[in-house]
Amino acid sequence: MNLSISTAPHIRGKDSVQSIMLDVLIALLPTTIAGVYYFGKNALLLVVICVATAVLSEFLWSKLTNRPNSVKDLSAVVTGLILALNLPAGAPWWMGVIGSAVAIIIVKQLFGGIGDNFLNPALAARAVLLASWPAAMTTFTMPNYFNTVDAATTATPLDGLEASIPDLILGRIPGSIGEVCKIAILIGFIYLLARHVISWQVPVIFLGTTALLCWAFGSNPITSVLSGGVMFGAIFMATDYTTSPMTAKGQVIFAVGCGLLVAVIRSFGIYPEGVTYSILLMNIMTPLIDKYIAPKLYGEVKKNA
Amino acid sequence: MGKKKLSSVFLNGILTENPTFRLVLGTCPTLAVTTAAVNGIGMGLAATFVLIGSNVVISLLRNVIPSKVRIPAFVVVICTFVTIVQMLMQAFIPSLYESLGLFIPLIVVNCIILARAEAFASKNTVIASAVDGLGMGLGFTLALTLIASIREILGNGSVFGIQLFGESFQPMLLMILPAGGFLTFGLMIGLVNFLSERTAKREG
Repeated sequence: MNLSISTAPHIRGKDSVQSIMLDVLIALLPTTIAGVYYFGKNALLLVVICVATAVLSEFLWSKLTNRPNSVKDLSAVVTGLILALNLPAGAPWWMGVIGSAVAIIIVKQLFGGIGDNFLNPALAARAVLLASWPAAMTTFTMPNYFNTVDAATTATPLDGLEASIPDLILGRIPGSIGEVCKIAILIGFIYLLARHVISWQVPVIFLGTTALLCWAFGSNPITSVLSGGVMFGAIFMATDYTTSPMTAKGQVIFAVGCGLLVAVIRSFGIYPEGVTYSILLMNIMTPLIDKYIAPKLYGEVKKNA
Repeated sequence: MGKKKLSSVFLNGILTENPTFRLVLGTCPTLAVTTAAVNGIGMGLAATFVLIGSNVVISLLRNVIPSKVRIPAFVVVICTFVTIVQMLMQAFIPSLYESLGLFIPLIVVNCIILARAEAFASKNTVIASAVDGLGMGLGFTLALTLIASIREILGNGSVFGIQLFGESFQPMLLMILPAGGFLTFGLMIGLVNFLSERTAKREG
C-alpha cells in the first residue's frame, strides 16, 4: 500500500482562475451575441478591439515587469469583454483601446494584478471614459435590428423614453451593447448559478433593493430594474470576487449598498444612470465591510456568555 | 561653507528631496493649479520667490527669534513675502493672477515653505538658506510644470496654450478634472520612486 504524507489541503477542487473565467465568458456569450446582433458591426468591432487591447496590455505588462505571463487565466479577456458590453454601440474604436489599457494597466496591474485590484477594472475604465468623453459615452442609438433608420440617436428609457415591458425585456431599447437584452443576461445568470460560480444573493438583493427604493422614490419598480445597466451590473460586475466582500453577511450589505446608491443616483442625482458609480463606491467600501463583518473563529469565546 | 556643499544643497531640492515627488509636500497647490502648464510654472515661481525671501530673512533672524514663538514669527515673515508676490502678480501679470486666484494667498500655508524655514533656514547661514530656497523652489516649479503639462496635453490638447493636435483630437476631459490631478500625481510619484530605486540598485 502506498501511503503518502503531505500537508493540507488534501482534497483540491477543480476550480481554477481559468475555469471560473471561462464560465464567466460562457455566461457573457448570450448577451454579447444579442448586443452584436442588435447593434450591428460597430458593436462587434468594439468587442474585438476591447478584448484584443486588454489581452495585449496584460501580455505587455507581464513582459515589461518580468512576471509570469498571466494572459492564460483569461481574466483580461473577461475585463475587455465586460468593458465593451458597457460601451454604447456608437463609441469610437479608440475609446475601447484607451478604456481597456486603463482597465488592465492602471486599475489592475499597478495595484498588483488579479486578486489585488480594489476596483472592478472594467467599471473603473468605464468611469474614466465617462468622465473624459461624456458626450460620446452617453449617446445611445436604437438597436439597428429593430430600426429601418441607420443609427438613430435617442434618449434611453431612463432619460424619459417610453418603453413597454416586453421591449425592455427583449432589448428593443437604446443602451450600452451588453445591457439591453434582459433574457440573454438572465440566461448567463442561470448558467453562473448552475456552475456555482456566483451565489444568488448579491444580484437578487441588489436588484430587489433598487426596485424597492425606486418604488419608494416614486418610479415604477419593474421598469427601473429592467432599464439601464442595473441587471447587467448586478449579475456580472457586482459579483466580481476581488472587489466584493468575502463573507455572506458582508455581501448582503454590499448588495444593499449598491441598490441604495443606484436608486438614489437615479432619483436625485444629475445622472440618469448610476450603476457604474454605485458599484465602484461599494468596491471602495469592501475592505471596510470585510474588516467589520469578520466571521467568528471556530472555538472563539463569546463575550459575556 | 564650501562651494561643493552649496551645489549639493541646491540639487537636494531639485532631485533627492524634491518637495513634490519625494517629500509629498504642498499637495494642495500641486493638485489644484496644475490644469495648465502656465499655471504650474506661475505657481512654482511665485512659491520660489517666497521661499528664497523667507529663507533669507528667517536665516538672518535665526538668533533673534525665541524658539517658543518661532512658528508665528516664521508665518509673519512668509506672509510678508506672499503679500509682495500677490501684489506684483496682480499689477504685472493679471491674467495669471486671475487663474491662480485663491491659491496665491494660500502659499502662506504651503508646507514646503514652513518646512524649509523650520528644517533649514533656522539652522543655517544666509547664503546656504538662499540656495536651499532656490533649489527647493525650482524643484517644486519643475514638478508642477511637469504635472501641469501632462494634464494640459491630455486634457486640452495643448501645452503652454499652444494647440498640439488637429481638430479631430478629442481631449480626455478627466485629466483636467480633480480626479485627473490625483491620477497624474500618483503615477508620477510611482514613476519617480521606481526610477530612484533602480538607480540606487545600480549604484550598489
